[in-house]
Amino acid sequence: MKFLTTNFVQCAVKSCHSSLTSFPLQYEECQLVQQEQDYNPEFIVHMLERLDWNAIVQVAKDLGNESLPANKPEDLDPIMEDSQAVLRDLHTLLVETQIVEGKMVCKNCGHIYYIKNSIPNFLLPPHLAN
Amino acid sequence: MKDYLIYFAQAYPNFRTAELESLANLHNFSLDLSGHDEKNPFLIVQLEDDEQAQKILERSILARGIYELWGHGTNYEELHQDVQKRSCDKFDTYKHDTFKFNFESFMGSKSNKARIEIIESFGYLEFEGAINLKKPQQIYTVLEEYKVNGMEKANVPLNIWFGRQIQLSARMNNILDKYDLKRRNYIGTTSFDAELSLVTCNIAQVRSGKITYDPFTGTGSFLVTAANFGALPMGSDIDVRMLKGKSAKCNIRETFKQYGTLGQYIDVLTMDFTNNAFRSNFVIDNIVCDPPYGVREGLRVCGAKNPEKAAGRENHEIDGQKAHLRRDFIPPKKPYELSNLLDDLLSFAASRLPVDGRLAFWMPTANDDFQVNQIPQHENLELLYNLEQEFNKWSRRLLVYIKRDESYKGETRNGLKEENIKNFRERYFRGFSEKSR
Repeated sequence: MKFLTTNFVQCAVKSCHSSLTSFPLQYEECQLVQQEQDYNPEFIVHMLERLDWNAIVQVAKDLGNESLPANKPEDLDPIMEDSQAVLRDLHTLLVETQIVEGKMVCKNCGHIYYIKNSIPNFLLPPHLAN
Repeated sequence: MKDYLIYFAQAYPNFRTAELESLANLHNFSLDLSGHDEKNPFLIVQLEDDEQAQKILERSILARGIYELWGHGTNYEELHQDVQKRSCDKFDTYKHDTFKFNFESFMGSKSNKARIEIIESFGYLEFEGAINLKKPQQIYTVLEEYKVNGMEKANVPLNIWFGRQIQLSARMNNILDKYDLKRRNYIGTTSFDAELSLVTCNIAQVRSGKITYDPFTGTGSFLVTAANFGALPMGSDIDVRMLKGKSAKCNIRETFKQYGTLGQYIDVLTMDFTNNAFRSNFVIDNIVCDPPYGVREGLRVCGAKNPEKAAGRENHEIDGQKAHLRRDFIPPKKPYELSNLLDDLLSFAASRLPVDGRLAFWMPTANDDFQVNQIPQHENLELLYNLEQEFNKWSRRLLVYIKRDESYKGETRNGLKEENIKNFRERYFRGFSEKSR
């Protein structure tokens, strides 16, 4: 699971959807690997506009990275040189950082989801489904 | 406006107009295809310029090529007269370009000798550029339509067109070979054939830089074809085994690698579509899928088959930890009805797609009792296309919806539910009644 994807998912339990604390999930005991991938600056630019930056900062903190700026980098242009360094860093963080194993905990209901072999699992037990 | 001739492939003729209309719309222009006849692979359309022609054809799967029309005749004499009359102003424009001639014949053919004679009969064009067979600046094409009567082979064409080639389709550039399931390293019993999944992506207007979601990913058939058109694909499936693949070299990620689109791939999640984990304000631009109808894969969602028996299990503990919170817990699944799943799919699309975003999915129907009202509807989605692929006793339909803004007032209904059509799988295995086609 890419770091990027943590920004798109929340607790799958329906009663948590209206709760402000069900996103982002809290990441615990995560095992990370850097998986090299071709640098695609357009991809990062497309993604950036969809990101909830506060959640990015929060999850990065869960994973031990406290160096992110508090505000979303803006007006990045792959052609501009000063944008390049930022885009590269974002690529490394969002695309190349893989969570191979770990727990995702809902801060509202406390349910635990697991990431196994890089695939997050959001299946719910019967009492939480529907 | 100028006349252009489109030459279609002999495949899924009833999907042609949907594909080209969608591609034109994707590039913000409208295309009048009302003259199209499914039996005829030739169609004359009117377009602003070559650029429009190129745009609608380059991604097309069901067309072969598009040509600037220089003339038409029912025999060569007529053709030459027409070319000289209507296109003489064009001769000078391309006078010095390198060129070659091509032939396209439908239901017939000509010998090489006859072709050379025909090429020579165009001498009045007075082109001065060199002939270049490898990389000509212009390709002129003679398109012939023959009519076959019974077993006899026709040797005189019924219609002949002459034109300057503008664009060959993705099909002619071998996209079907490239995505052929036989050549794909990871496939399964539910893999969707390349041709129709590419067509689905075209009609769904999958495009560069936009997120395409397949909620029933399986082996990733729609995700890889969406990535071919530049989309950023995400998928989910209730069955983790499909997402994991067979080995480190045989899985969805490797398939993207195989096609050189790994740079666009986002992720696949193990998820029950009906208990969806995507945050509610996450915009998904297109949804394409083939929901599980229970023919090859049973339709299941998370939950207990027998709720009474399962009551209280949430308190069950193993080694002092709630069983359902353990890493090795496998959530039970229960059967689910197709009609409910389609309701869920439409509501999800209505809430997540941006205005003008498209949902495209396949739905099986039995030919003996299909009625249009069985197609589910949602008040915020307009049904654009209902395209049938016929098999012996059943069909599947590609249903394509577009999300409309608040001013649109549609109707929410589900004919499968109203008529209590429960289980496609049951009908499939029981065999459709004799009345079926």
